[in-house]
Amino acid sequence: MDLLQLLISGIANGCIYGLLALGFVLIYKASEAVNFAQGDMLMLGAFLGITFINTDYMDLPFLLGLTGAAIVLGIFGYLLDRLVLRGIFGQPQFAMVILTIALGFLMRFVAGVIWGHDPVSLQSPFAGRTLSFGGLVISMIDAVIIFATVLLTTALYFFFARTRLGVAMQASSQNQMAAYYMGIPVKRINAIVWGLSGVVAAIAGVLFAAKGAVEPSAGLIFGIKAFAAAVIGGLGSLPGALAGGLLVGIVEPFAGRYLPSGLGPVAPYVLMLLVLIMRPGGLFAQISQKKV
Amino acid sequence: MRVIFKSSYDDDINLFEDRRHLIKYAILLVIALVIPWIVNSYYVGELTSVVIWALAGLGLMLIAGHTGQVSLGHAAFMAIGAFSHLALMMRGWHFVPALIASGLLTGLAGALIARPLGRMSGIYLAIATLALSIIIEDIAIVAEPITGGVAGLFAPAIDFFGYQIDRYGTPVAFYYLCLSVLVLVTLAYANLLRSATGRSFLAIRDSEVSARALGVNVARAKTIAFALSCAITGLAGALYAHLAQAVNYESFLVLISITLLLQVVIGGLGSVHGAFFGAFVVVLLPQTISITREFINSSTPFSLAAYPGMDTALFALIILLMIIYEPRGLYGLWIRLRTWLELFPLYRKGMFRRTRTYLKTERMR
Repeated sequence: MDLLQLLISGIANGCIYGLLALGFVLIYKASEAVNFAQGDMLMLGAFLGITFINTDYMDLPFLLGLTGAAIVLGIFGYLLDRLVLRGIFGQPQFAMVILTIALGFLMRFVAGVIWGHDPVSLQSPFAGRTLSFGGLVISMIDAVIIFATVLLTTALYFFFARTRLGVAMQASSQNQMAAYYMGIPVKRINAIVWGLSGVVAAIAGVLFAAKGAVEPSAGLIFGIKAFAAAVIGGLGSLPGALAGGLLVGIVEPFAGRYLPSGLGPVAPYVLMLLVLIMRPGGLFAQISQKKV
Repeated sequence: MRVIFKSSYDDDINLFEDRRHLIKYAILLVIALVIPWIVNSYYVGELTSVVIWALAGLGLMLIAGHTGQVSLGHAAFMAIGAFSHLALMMRGWHFVPALIASGLLTGLAGALIARPLGRMSGIYLAIATLALSIIIEDIAIVAEPITGGVAGLFAPAIDFFGYQIDRYGTPVAFYYLCLSVLVLVTLAYANLLRSATGRSFLAIRDSEVSARALGVNVARAKTIAFALSCAITGLAGALYAHLAQAVNYESFLVLISITLLLQVVIGGLGSVHGAFFGAFVVVLLPQTISITREFINSSTPFSLAAYPGMDTALFALIILLMIIYEPRGLYGLWIRLRTWLELFPLYRKGMFRRTRTYLKTERMR
């Protein structure tokens, strides 16, 4: 039973990693760029949620606050691409890595100036409530996180597989020039994807803040872990991101429990290195042979 | 504008293309030798810091700028260099053999991880090296017999035939020590770049498939590149340990890895000069910011509060503008300026325009 309890909390943590990894994968799927500031977007989303929902700020209902944070961060993501990232459109992939790292630094600084450096947590209606099945106790927030993640992943999966916009995004990621010739507005598609990943980051951020506390630098390490999750899953695959997130989330508490102390925190990264060494493209690899 | 008349193949690969070129670098060296006697001892420390970061930057430049393998984890190799150097000195080794051994050990570590990492490319490599950098923080705590655990290690004074070199006691001597290592490494680096091995690195950077087609053993060349790059970074780590006087698991955080990469980018990827320019920016920018802030606070009615993390943010902003407007970094800016001066009235705007490459996926689905 103890083991099962550990597993459930691992899954709930893993779902947040998975959600954040979804944000990475979204952007990678649509523009083959990697957003190293995704963790900081989560942090911004969490603080926006706190601003909307907490009683000492605006005191809105939970769902309304969540929607508000998602909309604001969505617009932020869209504008970020429109105003900043478009400047390096057509530059090598690596330029984007550096640019988003720099953006992450800036976001952390701005968040520190606005919200201060003390950890804050979100006042959610689920706090302290639990569900119990037989002897198994699941905290309400964990259940909500798992439910939201499954819902969001399914929605995004169908969005990419079935809708016009989703297919257009895939097309523009596979060959920008060809997609452009086919009448797809590649640049606008990119901006929309960044907006979408902002929305996902906001949802992940609000759930994250409801479970624990956030401070401006929370995004950095969390983002790297989520990135490990995305890489384990193979960067281009949505179900892969979720699977990777779950794997990282589950490995963490178990390693903390059963490995000698000090080695627990590195377990996710060791796992990622092992996966990359065995399968350099991740578990759900989509890269085959590199072309000239 | 000067035109260099080349009459033999050697002229093409000479380290210094003509006497003027040689004299310029000789003057630069003289300035580097004289400057510690002019400025006060605090700035000698800062200059030493610039020298050490330039050395670390050179190491990263070899792999990121000249071989095209982006590493986000070079602080890990600084850590290996620093800890192995201090651990050897603790066991009674002299500074010089300990320094050389630490370079070799770090190079060996680099070569060992190069094989599995060499199969990855681009983003995957960057994130794998980032993971290495995170893992090394915890290893530094766990491997207590070598690294001194949480408390870390303290750097003993360096002894040359009875003459003690110490960062605080004899800052100028320590500066000269670091500078001489840097000059030797830079010369070796410049020589490497004009050898067949160095050229094969460039070939891999430009196109791995074409390099293979031209007969370059890609896996072997990448391993050599990793080993050399890590060895140089390890030397920088060892010197850094003496500069900081003490190192522990917190001395080489992930943030250092990231800063090192940003340093190389801001200086200009793919140029030896870039590592030096970047080092100046990284070390002297926080200084400049605080001096400017004090100046504004004291001489104008405005007062700027000291926000924590302000210098990092400003650094990030510079990177941001740099990537958008001048991706070749400070070195690219310098080349443009120089060309403008040389061609004075004839410079045209589009001379350094970048070509755009449109994305074509490597994913097959």
